[in-house]
Amino acid sequence: MYRYDAVDKTLVSERVAQFRDQTRRFLAGELSEDEFRLLRLRNGLYIQRHAPMLRVAIPYGLLSSNQLRALGSIARRYDRGYGHVTTRQNIQFNWPKLEQVPDILAELAEVEMHAIQTSGNCIRNTTSDHLAGVTPDEIEDPRPWCELIRQWSTFHPEFTYLPRKFKIAVTGAAKDRAASLVHDVGVHIVRGPAGELGFEILAGGGLGRTPIIGQVVREFLPREHLLSYLEAILRIYNLEGRRDNLQKARIKILVRTLGIEEFRRRVEAEWQLIRGAGPKVDDAQITRLKSFFDPPAYRKLADIEPATAKSAAFQAWYRYNTAAHKVPGYRAVYVSLKKHDVAPGDITDSQMELVADLADRYGFGEVRVSHTQNLLLADVEQGAAFDLWLELEKAGLATPNIGTLTDMICCPGLDFCSLANAGSIDVAKLINQRFDDYDYLYDLGELEIKMSGCMNACGHHHVGHIGILGVDKSGEEWYQITIGGAAGVDASLGHVIGPSVKKADVAETIARLLEIYVEQRRPEERFLDTVRRLGVKPFKERVYAAPIAA
Amino acid sequence: MPRRLLRDGQIIVDDWSYAAEAEGAGAEGTAPRAVILSVEQWQNERDKWSGGGRRLGLVLLPAHKVELLAADISRFDLIAAEFSGPGEGRGYSQARVLREQWNFKGELRATGYVRRDQLFFMARCGFNSFELPDADIAGAHAALSTFSWAYQPSNDAGLAVTLPLRRPDTTASA
Repeated sequence: MYRYDAVDKTLVSERVAQFRDQTRRFLAGELSEDEFRLLRLRNGLYIQRHAPMLRVAIPYGLLSSNQLRALGSIARRYDRGYGHVTTRQNIQFNWPKLEQVPDILAELAEVEMHAIQTSGNCIRNTTSDHLAGVTPDEIEDPRPWCELIRQWSTFHPEFTYLPRKFKIAVTGAAKDRAASLVHDVGVHIVRGPAGELGFEILAGGGLGRTPIIGQVVREFLPREHLLSYLEAILRIYNLEGRRDNLQKARIKILVRTLGIEEFRRRVEAEWQLIRGAGPKVDDAQITRLKSFFDPPAYRKLADIEPATAKSAAFQAWYRYNTAAHKVPGYRAVYVSLKKHDVAPGDITDSQMELVADLADRYGFGEVRVSHTQNLLLADVEQGAAFDLWLELEKAGLATPNIGTLTDMICCPGLDFCSLANAGSIDVAKLINQRFDDYDYLYDLGELEIKMSGCMNACGHHHVGHIGILGVDKSGEEWYQITIGGAAGVDASLGHVIGPSVKKADVAETIARLLEIYVEQRRPEERFLDTVRRLGVKPFKERVYAAPIAA
Repeated sequence: MPRRLLRDGQIIVDDWSYAAEAEGAGAEGTAPRAVILSVEQWQNERDKWSGGGRRLGLVLLPAHKVELLAADISRFDLIAAEFSGPGEGRGYSQARVLREQWNFKGELRATGYVRRDQLFFMARCGFNSFELPDADIAGAHAALSTFSWAYQPSNDAGLAVTLPLRRPDTTASA
């Protein structure tokens, strides 16, 4: 993984010093609430319902075991013993004290981490495929490019006061595991006409109040121009994006208003002006960045089938919670953060330390964070999977549900977030209680439930196969249900099935949707594809045919 | 009360007047030698202000396109970009376009909502003078050395030195 050199260390320390001074000036009354807000947001610090919330960047989801240990230690000493993994490969602490945040940032800097630009109207953490570098369906490892973008976007002088936040996702595989089509900019590694590697650039995707799927700005960009092209997109957005209305300030609205052709024309015209003098990536630079992501010292192994002659529980876990690896004899292993009685994405301090130890013993000392709010040990020997499972199981980190209904994506909701209309964590619990029969879950197959406590869509509900959105109805928590959304290469936005339902009725509503699926599905057909084939109507009819008994 | 500002790292008393200020002063027969006009004033009253060896400046509002100046840029010794509030960010792009595409060498001034915490990035984008509130002006000079390296090229016209560029292929010691 990428390691800081003296320059990176200097810059992060200088940022800590800057923020320490800003915090001091705020506490001394030299900065107003409003003035401090803009400064603290650029360091990932929100003031939430109960306490400040600090969002720490995990660049493209990659952590060393030492970094994860440090996060565990911070959770224990500065928080209430846990952290929350988000859909953008960050981790959030919900209970730090404002005056201690500079110390937390200083401790993070010691392990080459930071909270720079994890909130505010600037370029946010660059996200990527959590299976980068190990998945067999990859054209090229996207992480060196992510690191390139991370460096370029860090303290970018021109793009620190954008009309609104700006999120970039990079993928290099056939399957899109980074939801890149619902990002402000999606960067796809592709092959050009002569087989050379370059990028397809998309822009204008996003969720929130106005969900839109990103559109192609450029089908093929030679790799050396990546940063100057991003700079052209950002400049057009910075100058022309709306600033009069917060709800219309994302780049997706600019792209939609101009139309993709006119947006492209402006970006290309700007790029022609700056491509000569702008930031260029030469071979030496990318070669050095790539060297940080060289494969670990894999042993020469053959593929084996470790599940035979082991318990059914292990077999189920192995089938659902591990993923294919491009190197024979290895698997990528999910560490599930979806235990039934725990808020999705939450992890305790001791679990963080345990996973760090397991990463050292089983996974070359590296851990990844997925946008589906789980962790991953990317390089586990198949022969060691059983022992690893035993340890994960003991720690409550082996819920065998990856990719199934209860592997829900969920924002912190009303329990923590000051923006939320409704709770999401307790709805997740109700769904978990209702769907606790694994045979049924496995029979349903691939199913993504995504839940947000408000329109801001941190839980990506628009692109859930089943989406759940919390709404406030005269002080009561209600839930609007959508079906047919997807976040991958076939991204689509879900359709609302009808009037919203009460909290107590969400699980039954889902059960009714699934009845139709089970009755009408074709062999091997996913829920999503059945919805696409049949449309919303039969699902809607079943849900609203009879009132849900209290 | 004379306006103080930070220019090229020095706290100075402003030697420019905005047109409204100049009109007041002009009545006493000592018309200032350096006047900053609004875009409208430049468009409608340029004859009134031109000539007599007077130096001219212009204020761009956030929504103004830099291309607006295409034919006239050589007439201005100063261009100011106004920041209408704490979240306003168009001026950063205006500054880079002026410095890097229009090769503007004169004074580039940040006006409006300008605070010390923005200065470093403004200077990297090309601003070399800053109208700051008095409470901020004393600590402002230090803000120009917030960071000692840059991850991305920019013109750095407002900094005393061009920042060393941190390229991904150079392991430098700092």
